[in-house]
Amino acid sequence: MPEPLFELIDVVKKYDERTVLRVKDLQLDGNKIYAILGPNGAGKSTLLKLLNMLEKPTSGRIIFQGVDLNRAGEAARLRMRRQMCMVLQNTYMFDTSVYQNVAYGLQLRGVRGVELERRVKEALSFVGLSDYGSRRAIKLSGGETQRVALARAVAIRPQVLLLDEPTANLDPDSVALIEKLVRRVHESTGATVLIITHNLFQAQRIADEAILLYNGQVIERAPINQFFTNPQSEITRRFVSGRMVY
Amino acid sequence: MVNTDLLSWLWQFFSQRGGELSGIVGLSLMVSGSAVIIGAVLGVPLGALLGLKKFPGRELLLRIIYTLMSLPPVLAGLVVYLIFARSGPLGFLDILFTPPVMVIAQVLLATPIITALSSAAIAAKEKLAMDTARTLGASERQAAWMVIKEARTGILAGIMTGFGRAFGEVGAVMLVGGNVRYQTRVLTTSIVLETRQGNYEFAIVLGLILLLLSFVVSSVLLKIDDSKLR
Repeated sequence: MPEPLFELIDVVKKYDERTVLRVKDLQLDGNKIYAILGPNGAGKSTLLKLLNMLEKPTSGRIIFQGVDLNRAGEAARLRMRRQMCMVLQNTYMFDTSVYQNVAYGLQLRGVRGVELERRVKEALSFVGLSDYGSRRAIKLSGGETQRVALARAVAIRPQVLLLDEPTANLDPDSVALIEKLVRRVHESTGATVLIITHNLFQAQRIADEAILLYNGQVIERAPINQFFTNPQSEITRRFVSGRMVY
Repeated sequence: MVNTDLLSWLWQFFSQRGGELSGIVGLSLMVSGSAVIIGAVLGVPLGALLGLKKFPGRELLLRIIYTLMSLPPVLAGLVVYLIFARSGPLGFLDILFTPPVMVIAQVLLATPIITALSSAAIAAKEKLAMDTARTLGASERQAAWMVIKEARTGILAGIMTGFGRAFGEVGAVMLVGGNVRYQTRVLTTSIVLETRQGNYEFAIVLGLILLLLSFVVSSVLLKIDDSKLR
């Protein structure tokens, strides 16, 4: 039995006194695409932020590749965070060129010179924006912005890719392209992908497994087909059939 | 005809008082430039601290800085005067009515503006820019530096406003500098003096030079801002 990539044990996250996430036990394996589903306020973004170490749990343990994040020092946490990349819900482009945006993560990892240029160009080519290097990133359209955000992630070749609603507010063509790119990243690098989406069809198209969060708790986690065709929980049944009132 | 008259008047004016004028312009730039550089060295890091960190007393400190933004120049001058007057706590330095004490007075005026505007610019970018940098693998320090870089336009606006405040004020430099000819006379104090003496043409020329220099300094700073693209 291979070691899980992530293991969450009794993880609780509170903002002030409000509990937004309460995960008793969750294991995530490597080399898979997980769709994180659930209504607004279910704790999906908080889960990803905890995994990416942007925030710390109020209590409980998160174990990444066998290392308890609570016990890891700042340097170790940074080293582990550098194996991941997260695309935030509100994608932010640095106010510089597209090239510099993509180069930033690589520069943080000490990549310089010819190698830097090669990997930036490779990443831009991967998302179909080879000619966009010199453009000002904040002037791009929504679809182009998401592709650059993905290029930033692809460039650093992360082991874990965390995507928080990467296709929200995009037109159907851009959605299809981003989905194709996510699958290609996964297939070409073996990266584990966790993608938050409200689009159940999207989850079915790209994910291997689905995890349903509701009121901060994991309600069900199952292979994608089983999740949609034979859900075990009544909440999941209501959610996938569109009957959930929230 | 008017143009010919104007040109001949300007020629006469600059041949008679050009030397004095260049000295006044040079001193104005030196005093206000130094004040803004010192103000930026103090104000930008303090603004970054206020924009990035939450700590006890932060709100009070911000309120004090916002209050100091509207500090009347003549009051700033009075405070500096009392400190550096012969009977004041730093009177032994004997620098009253010299350019260094004029710089100190203008630092008092420019620093709160640079601090407050830097803080606001950084706070506006803090959440998203910081988180984005961290998601890409930045340490806390690297992410904070990225936020400061992202807030560069706002910080530069603060520095420009601080320069404008220092360069255009008259009360503080008049009090602590004394408007001594060839020694502490700057553009604004010269305008006051020339107007009082009825030399309106000279006062207007000085005013136009002041505006022109402000334009040049702002343009240079904006050029620096534009150069962020590779």
